[in-house]
Amino acid sequence: MKTLEELKKLRDESLKKMTMRHVKDGFRIQVGMGTCGIASGARPILNAFLEQVEFHELKNVTVTQVGCMGECAYEPMAELIDESGQSYIYCSLTIPMVREIVDKHIINHQPVHRYLLANRKGA
Amino acid sequence: MLERIQVLICGGTGCMSSHSKEIKKAFEEELTLLGIKEEVGLILTGCFGLCERGPVIVVYPDETFYAHVKVSDVKAICAEHLLKGRVIDRLLVKNPLDKGKIKQMNELKFYSKQKRIALRNCGQINPLDITEYFARDGYLALGKALTELTPEQVIEQVTASGLKGRGGGGFLTGKKWQFAAESKNDIKYVICNADEGDPGAFMDRAILEGDPHSVLEAMAICGYAIGASQGYIYVRAEYPVAVERLKHAIAEARSYNLLGDNIFESGFSFDIDIRLGAGAFVCGEETALIKSIEGYRGMPVLKPPFPAVRGLWGYPTNVNNVETLANIPVIFLKGADYFTSIGTKNSSGTKVFALGGKINNTGLVEVPMGTTLREVVYDIGGGIPNKRKFKAIQTGGPSGGCITEKDLDTPIDFENLTKLGSMMGSGGMIIMDEDNCMVDVARFYLDFTVDESCGKCTPCREGTKLMLDILNRICEGKGTLDDIDELERLGQMIQKTSLCGLGQTAPNPVLSTLKHFREEYIAHVVDKTCPAGVCRNLTNFVIDDSCIGCTKCAKNCPVNAISGWPRQVHTIDPELCIQCGACKKACPVGAISSKPLERGVIHG
Repeated sequence: MKTLEELKKLRDESLKKMTMRHVKDGFRIQVGMGTCGIASGARPILNAFLEQVEFHELKNVTVTQVGCMGECAYEPMAELIDESGQSYIYCSLTIPMVREIVDKHIINHQPVHRYLLANRKGA
Repeated sequence: MLERIQVLICGGTGCMSSHSKEIKKAFEEELTLLGIKEEVGLILTGCFGLCERGPVIVVYPDETFYAHVKVSDVKAICAEHLLKGRVIDRLLVKNPLDKGKIKQMNELKFYSKQKRIALRNCGQINPLDITEYFARDGYLALGKALTELTPEQVIEQVTASGLKGRGGGGFLTGKKWQFAAESKNDIKYVICNADEGDPGAFMDRAILEGDPHSVLEAMAICGYAIGASQGYIYVRAEYPVAVERLKHAIAEARSYNLLGDNIFESGFSFDIDIRLGAGAFVCGEETALIKSIEGYRGMPVLKPPFPAVRGLWGYPTNVNNVETLANIPVIFLKGADYFTSIGTKNSSGTKVFALGGKINNTGLVEVPMGTTLREVVYDIGGGIPNKRKFKAIQTGGPSGGCITEKDLDTPIDFENLTKLGSMMGSGGMIIMDEDNCMVDVARFYLDFTVDESCGKCTPCREGTKLMLDILNRICEGKGTLDDIDELERLGQMIQKTSLCGLGQTAPNPVLSTLKHFREEYIAHVVDKTCPAGVCRNLTNFVIDDSCIGCTKCAKNCPVNAISGWPRQVHTIDPELCIQCGACKKACPVGAISSKPLERGVIHG
């Protein structure tokens, strides 16, 4: 190591893998990982969320897993809680949908209404 | 693959001894079995502080706090929490107020009342991975100091922060650095005093084990400030984990050229070596420590000349304690103003305390100076277990004194504790309840100093031994009132005439217990009884009329000396009783106490 800049670069790189330990506010993504969720493929969904968050270098997002969310038929589901505490439940997720949700909802603050449980359940 | 969960396992001394290493291994095996090993990060960290609940595990991102985890629990945690996201209720900590469970670490009152500066990275990072230390702004303070500040400015900033030596002396660190800087010499040394010897103190150990790089960084900053190019860490061989992690940290720092020649291209070179001590208490005294590094017996020498003028091998030397050094990087990262904004006017910053003895949350806490003792004992420490009554706190270990109930609301700082007749010391805090005999406590500490006295000066070598003989006599029931006066006379003489800090402070526990608990001494010599029921020869347990006849005492008695019917007052047969105190501990209403025998009858 030669300069302060080099050190700062190293710091930012190492910080990436530790963000999990600092994020407390901002968006929170909870993926339903009950037996039903896992069976219908929640694991790749969870990983897709993680990859997207990493890809866009989003700092204020917590991705976590929860148990069965009660609507087993609509798994894989993910609950997205924004900064104001408003909760949105997305259901029957696929990986392209995850990309869209991260793009539109988390980065641009525009909920993707057509994927929401409330809208799909009625249909 | 990206990690979606990180499991932090406490690798502090307490948790390691209750198998946290095995727990980590079990996690590795179980995760491989479930096929999710790559998704989960496993990190062995330094001490979390809540040693009482160890082994402690924290699962991120949710900060789920699991306590008392056993190897057999690992399977459940992996299958339920890590795989399916269901928190394991039975491993959570109970909230003492509403009987609910506490899920998150920051909900614990133990942590929310603390302010962590010296322990900022303990339990947060992997001590064996320098990049995690980088992520927490590690070595940035060193970089700043070397590239932006002159050595004079570095010292100015440390002086401005008001940081005082955390090893017990309470001397201004900036002043100490300045003295060493002013000594003209081509060769100078920096020494880190990691010879932590107080019974019940383990804060330095936790820092070395949990965050070794902060000490290395601070030593390099100090070296730059005073013009030294070599540092030594004097650590006791009894701390094998600390030594191992320090060695690893030094090697890592060298590989990034944060130690070695021409650090940050500034022309400044600095290296650090470890020197192992054999664990003598007196080697915490800086001149004795220097003698020990030089290869002689660890014996103190007269000051002046101070080490800043003539220290290691006759060259100017600066000696700082581990906790003092751990504070240094923060001063440069956040500024001296930030540091002075914490704590009181005369004592800035925080202090780490090792809570021990009769307290619910045994462990390591860091609080801002000015916090009251009551807050530390009751809010953070969780109070006294088994509904016992608080009696006293011993601060400063064998060099300090006890503080009683009436002084509990004193804000903690260097001056206030000295005023109370105790001292800050390195930060050991032993809490005692009504079951502790103060004469016995004084005897314990004096026994320690008698063992640890190096024998160089007579008052300390002979005087403490004489005092111990008197205390032994009192505890056996052969003491007289004259003995108490003699203790005071000897104590004051030893304080005045000893060579080093060990002797000058050795009588403190006796003198302060004499001051606050004289009646207990008098009970020992006049009534020939030990009110707390600790001194065997002077204990005579009786059950009074408040007995509810629950039979718990009789069930707990190992020699069946207690008889009585349920719901009737029980009695103890003094012929059979072995004074073990099991009945007193078991009694739910406090009906059992040690009472003097009738006058004229000499017991034992």
